[in-house]
Amino acid sequence: MTANSVFQIIIYFAVLVLLAKPLGIYMARVYEGQSTIPGRVLAPLERLVYKLYGINPEEEMGWKQYALSVVAFSIVGVLAVYLIQRIQGALFFNPQKFPAATPDLSFNTAVSFVTNTNWQNYGGENTLSYLTQMAALTVQNFASAATGMAVLVALIRGFKRHSSTTIGNFWADLSRGVVYILMPLSVIFALALVPMGVVQSMGKYKTVKLTQEFTYDNPKLDAQGNPVKDTQGNPVTEKAQMKEQILPMGPVASQEAIKMLGTNGGGFFNVNSAHPFENPTPLSNLLETLAILLIPAALCLTFGEMVNDRRQGWALLTAMLVVLVPLTFLCAHLEQGGNPHFASAGIGQAASALQSGGNMEGKETRFGITGSAIWATWTTAASNGSVNSMHDSFTPLGGLIPMWLIQLGEVIFGGVGSGLYGMIIFAIITVFVAGLMVGRTPEYLGKKIEMYEMKMAAFVVLIVNALIKIGTAIAVSTKVGLAGISNPGPHGFSEVLYAFSSFADNNGSAFAGLNGNTPFYNIIGGIIMFIGRFWVIIPVLAIAGSLAKKKHVPAGLGTLPTHTPLFVIFLIGVIIIVGALTFMPALALGPVADYLMH
Amino acid sequence: MQTLRNAVMSLVVLTILTGIIYPLVITGIAQAVFPARANGSIIVKNGTPVGSEFIGQQFGSPKYFWGRPSATTPYPYNGQSSSGSNMGTNNPALMENVQARIAALHAADPGNTEKIPVDLVTASASGLDPEISPAAAEYQAARVARARGIDISQVNSLIQADTKGRLLGIFGEPRVNVLKLNLALDELNK
Repeated sequence: MTANSVFQIIIYFAVLVLLAKPLGIYMARVYEGQSTIPGRVLAPLERLVYKLYGINPEEEMGWKQYALSVVAFSIVGVLAVYLIQRIQGALFFNPQKFPAATPDLSFNTAVSFVTNTNWQNYGGENTLSYLTQMAALTVQNFASAATGMAVLVALIRGFKRHSSTTIGNFWADLSRGVVYILMPLSVIFALALVPMGVVQSMGKYKTVKLTQEFTYDNPKLDAQGNPVKDTQGNPVTEKAQMKEQILPMGPVASQEAIKMLGTNGGGFFNVNSAHPFENPTPLSNLLETLAILLIPAALCLTFGEMVNDRRQGWALLTAMLVVLVPLTFLCAHLEQGGNPHFASAGIGQAASALQSGGNMEGKETRFGITGSAIWATWTTAASNGSVNSMHDSFTPLGGLIPMWLIQLGEVIFGGVGSGLYGMIIFAIITVFVAGLMVGRTPEYLGKKIEMYEMKMAAFVVLIVNALIKIGTAIAVSTKVGLAGISNPGPHGFSEVLYAFSSFADNNGSAFAGLNGNTPFYNIIGGIIMFIGRFWVIIPVLAIAGSLAKKKHVPAGLGTLPTHTPLFVIFLIGVIIIVGALTFMPALALGPVADYLMH
Repeated sequence: MQTLRNAVMSLVVLTILTGIIYPLVITGIAQAVFPARANGSIIVKNGTPVGSEFIGQQFGSPKYFWGRPSATTPYPYNGQSSSGSNMGTNNPALMENVQARIAALHAADPGNTEKIPVDLVTASASGLDPEISPAAAEYQAARVARARGIDISQVNSLIQADTKGRLLGIFGEPRVNVLKLNLALDELNK
């Protein structure tokens, strides 16, 4: 690793923590309904929104009503996103005249965006109209993020309240997240990205004249548009001359901003933030990377603020950082090591003042190794899932790190809201395990943790684990599943394992060599993403409802303090044992075997 | 039923707010204040658009600098289908591709025995990477000068002028914009 690489990583983390603090406090004030400066400007918009919905924001909901509202809102969202893709050909804002997306792809994309996964089986620039990008995808980028934050806030209320049967109003929590947090941040961020070179246009794609024309082998198509094959079954090609280049356009900056801030990650273009029109410069890369973790980090501090004990928020944030910081350094180090096969081929992979060196397959020159490794670890720690480099082409162990971060259960930062409620579930399991050791009734934040909470917490942890392994097993034992694999050997298995980890944990990044745009992966992936999201949300809200009913117990001699370094270490231990050791056998078959094959 | 009604209404309102008003307002401001950037940072030569500052193009002639190999299909640097190769480091097809690229570089510049900078033989993530490392430019400088019959110092000064360092000396990587460099070379030969 170079000195610059170490320095860059340290600064990225330092800036993240500095920005997270004020935002965390601001978000706490928003959800507590307290006055803020942006709040005073935007309050009329909030009131207008409620009037249009026809709801009373003061009307409180029990946990079942809250959960029902979340699920209803999400199902309506899936239907809307599906429908818009299916009829985009007949609608406006479609200058490239894209026809309807296929039914299975539309279903996958709809579930993917509503569940905040943003798995990308579509190639944006050749499949989706501007209207679909805006009114379907951008909307769900806001809505799914605000939903995650709402569920988190409901869980926090469970700890705060006592002898209460209600945990808040979902419609109000949803709208506050959009109006006061996600929307203002996105407006600022989008307008900052445009002058750096991120496009923002409703116009047609642009045609430019090439400086050097070239010829290429174009696959020959028959009258039906199917590729023609020769007698050996190889595709027939004909020489074609290329004189022009077509440059894609679109309302990119506005989607890029919320895609990064809302841990969404579904790209406007096929290659996501590796595309120069999504992420053109080192500065845009710095800001977009920070945006991945900004809200998830800040929410830890929001949590501390809302439970009136800031140390609790810092403890969770510290646990997340203790896991992520070393993995970021390790990933950069492994990628800087380069491809061992290249050593004898006369290729210079050493870093110098004139080149980043390292494993550059699937990486962009402007980001080099460090910018790519930071993004890869952050986007998988958070459930963002956007990419600025191709994870499939990482070294076997370098690529293991992003995959493992997903398999930790998306609680090391995780999705906006969803990451922290997942982390709080792990904190509950931790106090329970600690309680068993010393024979005391476990408590967290003044609430007794009992059988019901533990059952729900176990549900959350087990289901996601099971989904990944069952899904992977089905895919590698069926022809349709195996057909999607592009790399030979254990690396092909890694592609499938990564995909199902990404579906079940709602991350959305991929070892993109896997051809997921087939009915098999579109449908099974959609189902797993849906279960992975709601089988977690419903038990979390059940815990919120159960905790809200309980009385506060004052901390006593037997209470395990949950803000100390001891607790942080204990929590990390539980996450690693529960969330990761279960994947060791599968990881041994994929990335580890791949590494040993060198 | 009430819940369903609320769900539909809130989605409709949020769609108008975040899916129509928000992107159109950003488009309006972007088009008014930063029109060149918002429309793709197009480079115009003699009244003809010849490319974008941020999107690379395919170059294969010895008298031009070559960019990163591109894995887009069916032809390289296809602006309508961005893509990386997605090949793992142990994939034999990756090594075949790299060997072919090495052979092409050596064929165009037989006397060059320097180590080839890795970015010049590996496919970029987007398939549209507009830039190469300064090392990759330096590696090609003598070939370009020879093919154009100009002095290598002229080529080197163009590379220097087109090299961008790290942001604040810290962030990103030093890099050279291939299309801009090649356009500057063409200006030189006029």
